[in-house]
Amino acid sequence: MTAISSGATTYIAQSVSLFDGFDGFVLPLVLKIAFVLQLFFVVPLVGGYLEHKAMGRMQHRRGPVEAGPFGVLQLVADGIKFIQKEDVIPRAADRWVFAAAPGVAMVPALLVFLVIPLGPGVFALDLELGLFYALAITSVSVLGVLMGGWASANKFSLIGGLRAGAQLIAYELPLILAAITVAVQAGTLSLVGIVEAQAGFMIPGTGINVWFVFPQIVGFGIFFISAMAELSRPPFDMPIGDSELVFGYMTEYTGIKYAMYMLTEYAGMITMSALMVVLYLGGWQLLPGVPMPGCEGAGGLFDCSPIGIALSVLVTLGKIMALVFVMVWARVAYPRLREDQLQRMSWLVLVPLSLLNLAVITVFKVVF
Amino acid sequence: MAATSPPGTGLLKGLGVTIKHLFQRPATLMYPYERNELAPRTRGVIALMDENCTVCMLCSRECPDWCIYIESHKETVPPAKEGGRARTRNVLDRFAIDFSLCMYCGICVEVCPFDALWWSPEFEYSEYSIDSLLHEKEKLRAWADTVPAPPPLDDGAVLPAEVADAIEKAEKERELAEAKAAEEAQAKESGAAGGAATPAAAAKEPEVEVKAGEIDQETFDQLIAEGKSERIARSKAKAAWVKKEKARLKAEAEQGGGDAAAPAAAPKPAEVHVEAGQIDQETYDQLIAEGKTERMARAKAKAAYVKKEKARLRAEAEQAAPSGESAAPEAEAPAKKQLSEVHVEGTGEIDQEVFDQLIAEGKSERIARSKAKAAWIKKRKQEQLDQEGGA
Amino acid sequence: MSDLDTKERIQPGTAPGEDVAFEIHGDGDFPTADMSLSIGPAHPATHGVFRIVLEMDGERVREARPVIGYMHRGFEKLAEYRDYRQIKALVNRHDWLSGFSNELGVALAVEKMMEMEVPDRAQWIRMLIAEWNRILNHLMFIGSYAIELGAITPMFYAFREREDIQHLLESATGGRLHFTYNQPGGLKIDLPKGFLRESQRLSTVVRERLPDYFDLVLGNEIFQGRTKGIGPLPSDVALSIGVTGPTLQATGVAEDPRVTEPYLKYGEIDVPVPVGENGDSFDRFSCLLRRIQASLDIIDQVHDHVPPGPVNSKLPKMVKAPEGATYVRTENPLGQLGYWLESDGGRTPWRLKMRTPSFSNVQAIPYLMEGVLLPDAISILGSVFFVVGDIDR
Repeated sequence: MTAISSGATTYIAQSVSLFDGFDGFVLPLVLKIAFVLQLFFVVPLVGGYLEHKAMGRMQHRRGPVEAGPFGVLQLVADGIKFIQKEDVIPRAADRWVFAAAPGVAMVPALLVFLVIPLGPGVFALDLELGLFYALAITSVSVLGVLMGGWASANKFSLIGGLRAGAQLIAYELPLILAAITVAVQAGTLSLVGIVEAQAGFMIPGTGINVWFVFPQIVGFGIFFISAMAELSRPPFDMPIGDSELVFGYMTEYTGIKYAMYMLTEYAGMITMSALMVVLYLGGWQLLPGVPMPGCEGAGGLFDCSPIGIALSVLVTLGKIMALVFVMVWARVAYPRLREDQLQRMSWLVLVPLSLLNLAVITVFKVVF
Repeated sequence: MAATSPPGTGLLKGLGVTIKHLFQRPATLMYPYERNELAPRTRGVIALMDENCTVCMLCSRECPDWCIYIESHKETVPPAKEGGRARTRNVLDRFAIDFSLCMYCGICVEVCPFDALWWSPEFEYSEYSIDSLLHEKEKLRAWADTVPAPPPLDDGAVLPAEVADAIEKAEKERELAEAKAAEEAQAKESGAAGGAATPAAAAKEPEVEVKAGEIDQETFDQLIAEGKSERIARSKAKAAWVKKEKARLKAEAEQGGGDAAAPAAAPKPAEVHVEAGQIDQETYDQLIAEGKTERMARAKAKAAYVKKEKARLRAEAEQAAPSGESAAPEAEAPAKKQLSEVHVEGTGEIDQEVFDQLIAEGKSERIARSKAKAAWIKKRKQEQLDQEGGA
Repeated sequence: MSDLDTKERIQPGTAPGEDVAFEIHGDGDFPTADMSLSIGPAHPATHGVFRIVLEMDGERVREARPVIGYMHRGFEKLAEYRDYRQIKALVNRHDWLSGFSNELGVALAVEKMMEMEVPDRAQWIRMLIAEWNRILNHLMFIGSYAIELGAITPMFYAFREREDIQHLLESATGGRLHFTYNQPGGLKIDLPKGFLRESQRLSTVVRERLPDYFDLVLGNEIFQGRTKGIGPLPSDVALSIGVTGPTLQATGVAEDPRVTEPYLKYGEIDVPVPVGENGDSFDRFSCLLRRIQASLDIIDQVHDHVPPGPVNSKLPKMVKAPEGATYVRTENPLGQLGYWLESDGGRTPWRLKMRTPSFSNVQAIPYLMEGVLLPDAISILGSVFFVVGDIDR
């Protein structure tokens, strides 16, 4: 296994995936597909379990306990249940659009995992435009939501779908502006490059290494809120809003299609958290300025031994789960906003703030 | 999370409240494994003590949704005495409650004049099919084993007339007995006898409490013959029954006390109050192993626990105040059990011999049955005792 | 929604035969058409089978029409064929969250007709349990209202408290929702030993936990943003509609039969009545929350008063109200409950008319919902506290 990076240079344009170390074309391809699929199907379930359990404990109950030890298999059991359920398509629905919508929502969520780096070399692909790709492809998911909302031939679904669309438009802007600010500071759009840039980022005038979350605490906040809004996680879950819209765009969905939407939501939580970890929280770096044991490359994050790689992956996953926990925490503690309050918050607060943030960081970058 | 908007204290407090609960023990119970102790008054399921039922149909008529089904037939009983009048009486054939209709208002239990219906806190009788919720007589009788003792009333409460009367009477009797015992003791002392029986006699006379419920058929018939109304006759007959029963019990107890065996003078189990609540794990496991249902096992284990606890308390009390034990060495063996200490579940079986004999004596079937039942239980108890003694 | 061409297709959400013609509003480039949105009868926000038909322009409500009767069970007619003992089991089911208060109303009416003396002890115990019942009810609405606004957690906390209180009441009455503890002339049976001590303990426990609700819900900025200024109800409108209970008190009117027309022993103790200012959703909710505190205050006072003695008076074999009629009103958890009891001297009432608080409260919905946004409509719907069984009866 050779995890290759250019080592000495500060910015690597493109690093090579672990899986490219294998010979040939087919084997790495198969491995990459397997890697992405297992990420897509396993990590969201872990996130979902965390949500169930943390939510339960914060609500003074236990959460799942029966399925598997400590209920760890609850979501698997749910999945099996969903598969068994009858697949209902309303008579008035637009059949094909209705059937295709969950897939349209799910596939982009699956594709984002292509570029998420979990550790040195542990990713399927390091695109030069990784950040751009990730943000672009996550936005496609909402198309599936809109399709589902429209095709259900249900007024609640329609309102839910439209709200989701409005929410996406409103929050894509602050999200991208916050992400661009990071790209400006890192000088690259490659996600692996951003991780490496954070390992080499010092507070000006000192030798203290910090992550981007410190200079960009505002940007991090904007990104976090926008990500939650885009995923329509509570307290921004107006597209679903069960007390208003029954279940929003998912009202008419049952069985496996419903499960696909749910999986999309959980996968979205994971990918957004992973993006935040990469952009702001130093990727797989344990603590700022602390090299990973077993690694020798730049900032002590590359050229790792298998142990180093395993540790890095664990660190990344731990950070992702911590962010998922915060999202769950907000869900437990807060009521839902109103749609117009949400829009107002985006256009009047987050967008100006993120523009200001971009300007300040750019000036900062040029001066130092 | 709110980094851009001025962090509202309300938002932070919300986070604080929820995170506080994260570190507290969950308030939920792991239901099938852990159970909440339900209050004795809980309206869980209705139990029937069919031997008390006189087919008066009050419950069935008062039930707001008519979910009680009763069927009976009349039987002619030969006269009790030569030349007497043959009587007819109702025999309960069917008593069923449809729990799919029942709304658990408790009116049937409230109106039952003969204490045949009781509330039990058991609630685990859900079924897959709605018609299985129709509980017939046998099933309702089985619930009767799970009926807990009514909880003691609040200190400020006025006791029900019957209870208050009974207590007053018992108090009086006890006072009398005490006075008598004191007299005797004095006499004995002066006689310098110091017999073995003295402490036993000095011990408290066992309280006799009889549940009013059955009626004395003889009195009843007599009063009816005298032209009294049925209601009056019934209530008087009831009183007569209680009186008789008390006298009988007292006589029995005295006989027990009169025997030189001192342990009879030890406080009756009824005097040691034990909070029912825990179960006797040993008994429970054993019963489960024997294939009993969990509910039954639990109820029995509970009873076993109470019994054990009582025995323990009594032993303690005895130790604290050793009464006639020195005089009656056979009482020392703790394995030696009183008849009353042996627990035998009344399963409704009757002692055929006794039954036949009583019927032959002209007793009514109801009385014969209940006496036969008692006899059966007594026999079983004796058997068990012998067995234990042998072991 | 200008999909006029789809008019011929099945219009989702409309009942067969319902008028689906669109009215076009505005002119120029963006004409809009109304959409009729049927909230309920089976909708998460209506907690029961209650239906509101909303005429919507986008997300704005033009008109709201409550449709009731999906849960009509004919209580008033049923009561005419039930004797007074059976009625007790019947009436604690129309508002299933305030069973004790309901049966209390009937018991008071029968006692009034029969001119019965009720022992003091029974009256104090009735008050104690009625106030616990009120807390049970309010906790339920605190939880469900929070859920309607998207906060799931308060429900679980509320149910934790409810469970404790129900356990307490079960030890005395044997029931958790349907207590059937009253009877004409007093109570069915006295309290079990230790009840008052346990009640005292629980009162402090609930009091200690109440700040959690203030912090988690009432103090939350998002909650305030969702409720402050939403659906304000002027007090004169409220009075003219007949709104009572916390919904009326939130408008600033301190009307409460416990104070203005004391029954039981409420006249002998201090009964706090929390009031609001604007009568908006926020005030309604905060009134509800502060009413729990008020009830706890009453409970603490009652603990010091319960005298020893009997809890019921001697009843004839068959309770028969003498010929005549009477009206009794009590402060139920949700508002004023009135029973008009008319008897021809028989063992069943000749007529039992119920004036239920929920029925009157929902009459305010068309007024409150006009011109609000859909999420606000839900915020209003949840804050006009009602129980569907109490509306339809």
